[in-house]
Amino acid sequence: MPEAIMKVFRGISREAGEFKTYKVPVEEGMVVLDAIHYIQGFLDPELSVRWNCKAAKCGSCSAEVNGYPSLMCKTRMDRFPEGQEITVEPLKTFPLVKDLVTDVSWNYEVNKKIPPFTPKPDADWTFMQEDIERVQEFRKCIECFLCQDVCHVLRDHDRKDVFAGPRFFVRMAGLEMHPLDALNRAEFLKDHAGLGFCNITKCCTEVCPEEIHITDNAIIPLKERVVDEFYDPVLMFFKKIFGKS
Amino acid sequence: MNKVEIAVAPEKLGATARNDNWWVEPALVATGFTIFIVYATWRGLFEPQYFEWGPYLSPFYSPRILLDWWHWSPAILVLWVPAGFRATCYYYRKAYYRAYFLDPPACAVGHLGGDKYCGETTFPFVLQNLHRYFFYLAVAVLAFLWYDAIRAFDFHGQFGVGVGSLIFLANVVFLSFYTFGCHAYRHLVGGKLDCFSCSARTKTRFKIWSVVTKLNEHHMLWAWVSLFSVGFADLYVRLLAGHVITDIRLF
Repeated sequence: MPEAIMKVFRGISREAGEFKTYKVPVEEGMVVLDAIHYIQGFLDPELSVRWNCKAAKCGSCSAEVNGYPSLMCKTRMDRFPEGQEITVEPLKTFPLVKDLVTDVSWNYEVNKKIPPFTPKPDADWTFMQEDIERVQEFRKCIECFLCQDVCHVLRDHDRKDVFAGPRFFVRMAGLEMHPLDALNRAEFLKDHAGLGFCNITKCCTEVCPEEIHITDNAIIPLKERVVDEFYDPVLMFFKKIFGKS
Repeated sequence: MNKVEIAVAPEKLGATARNDNWWVEPALVATGFTIFIVYATWRGLFEPQYFEWGPYLSPFYSPRILLDWWHWSPAILVLWVPAGFRATCYYYRKAYYRAYFLDPPACAVGHLGGDKYCGETTFPFVLQNLHRYFFYLAVAVLAFLWYDAIRAFDFHGQFGVGVGSLIFLANVVFLSFYTFGCHAYRHLVGGKLDCFSCSARTKTRFKIWSVVTKLNEHHMLWAWVSLFSVGFADLYVRLLAGHVITDIRLF
């Protein structure tokens, strides 16, 4: 049976932590999370990892595999050439708890600040499929936070103080485009969620395991809605005169 | 948003645990852009004598604007429109932020830049928000390019087809796919609506939005194909006008 060489981060701080190497037998159909479970079960029971469904639907087992933000349960072992070392390390953008587990609670704090779904008072709760299709794409999000991890505004520039991140632009796009929602979040997006900090480098879209077109279908349409309200002088003029754009 | 403990110290440029060839894409993009920018600048500024041959007018010089008081290349009066349209385009923004600004050069790769990152919130990048105005101007220029493409089949009042005619037609089709797949147009035509089915007008806008969305899904492809085709159409006119090649008449 072929063996994989797994280099896994171990430790409770990034400075004091280290990579440990394990040899794991590889079976057909195996994913990286299986290899981590093998290490836990047979080689190193103290290895910490967060996981739940093993079906790419709970978003728990996010990590960086060979430096690329990935769901461990969706990363097949047979994509790596035999003999190649496979490094597994925790998400870089969030504080480390232990080994492969990070503290992603900042995301939940951001989520609480988003103005919630606010239906029109006289809303007719039946709507057509074409009106809700855009929003359904955003509802596929499993909150794995890989997009938050890879976004350079959070990862490299550490602008968690001003920037909500792609996951929450997806959520806000779902609210803004909902046919029954009556709230306008353009000001919140611009002044509190820091939409302007996004420079469209599309890494969030590249890593999304649900293949949500985060940039093209959520962030850019939101940017255009902010332009309508704050950067388009003609629309702003008409809005001032007639009361709506 | 609350300030939280920094998870990891910023890494230096290129630092990554990725072991794939992540540098290939930004390197190719930077090379492609640089070649085009150098070529377009040279053609637009320094070769105003080779802009037309027979029924073919170089797209760099269309619409042809002749002003008595303008003593420089007439291309300068035109090229700022497509240059502005492409510079503020959402695809090109991704491409040059990665390839030129290296912020970041690729996903999960260390970036170039310090602690003063402001994204597109301050000058000059806040001007990216004017993309829709460049779209309006680009549509006007595109109308002239369609006129030129039709004129490319007119050989002294007779209908004819030369290799140049086909190049001009292909170019204007690619430019149209690129222009009308624009994210700003997608928003203006229907994306800004929350309800597509609410009236006959919004239903029509939904149909147009759906077509624009199809084009928009391949915006990167059309951006590159049209960049290549517009440069190639100009080069073809340059070679004809300089008597380097001759146009082959198909019929």
